[in-house]
Amino acid sequence: MANSSRGTLYRGQYGMWSWVAHRITGVAIFFFLLVHVLDTALVRVSPEAYNAVMATYKNPIMGLGEAGLVAAIVYHAFNGLRIILIDFWKGGTKNQKGLLWGVIALWVIVMIPFLIRHLSIVFGG
Amino acid sequence: MSTPLKTKIQVPRSRDLEVNGVKYNRSGSSRSNFEMLAWLFMRLSGIMLVVLVFGHLFVNLMVGEGVHAIDFGFVGGKWANPFWQVWDLVMLWLAMLHGTNGVRTIIDDYAERSGTRFWLKVLLFLASGFVILLGTLVIFTFDPCPAGADPELLASFCHTV
Repeated sequence: MANSSRGTLYRGQYGMWSWVAHRITGVAIFFFLLVHVLDTALVRVSPEAYNAVMATYKNPIMGLGEAGLVAAIVYHAFNGLRIILIDFWKGGTKNQKGLLWGVIALWVIVMIPFLIRHLSIVFGG
Repeated sequence: MSTPLKTKIQVPRSRDLEVNGVKYNRSGSSRSNFEMLAWLFMRLSGIMLVVLVFGHLFVNLMVGEGVHAIDFGFVGGKWANPFWQVWDLVMLWLAMLHGTNGVRTIIDDYAERSGTRFWLKVLLFLASGFVILLGTLVIFTFDPCPAGADPELLASFCHTV
């Protein structure tokens, strides 16, 4: 029996929150990308200009920001592949919740070695 | 009709399509495939971006000294190789178009007034066009060994030239 307080199949369930997270990570990555292209364009100004800006990024706070950025990218990438499977694979819609657990599992599998390597570089001096 | 298909809730972004006397809130006046092609582009570019961006992140953050190694000499060393020029060019265009289309969708979803949607999209397309153009120019006009620069800051192959 339908229980309205628990939302519909979509609203308030895994499908909605994975969609919300996909939007938030997508917008965040897009605004990073604008800044990323602009600061990389400084290589066209002078080696000193580019290196000066890169030097301001080489601290623990930006290092944690980079970890957060990669976490967002990895989620967006794997959840994007899940969306493609839901759209094109016959069993995609039926298994969307299982696919989301797959996304989360892959995210953890990729993020653990990444964080160990990246954070040891950032905090290792 | 017990369940009218056309409700009183305004659907500002749609025009009515009338089939056999029944109104559907779908855009029916233009037969453009643009939205379908944009939908397809998001999926195709998405698959390519997974490969391009993961490769980009692995080479720049995981190999060697990781993020600490990134400086002018590092970028010069990469873009002296046509492989990385093409890689970064394709990644730039696909990522910017993918992101621009995503933000366009979000503007259409959340900005309720048509004037607001119009100006937000003008701003979005101007910013995206500028960044795509700038990035493309930088990749192709970049000199890894600029004359008169401090040799200490340049890629190692600049010294032998």
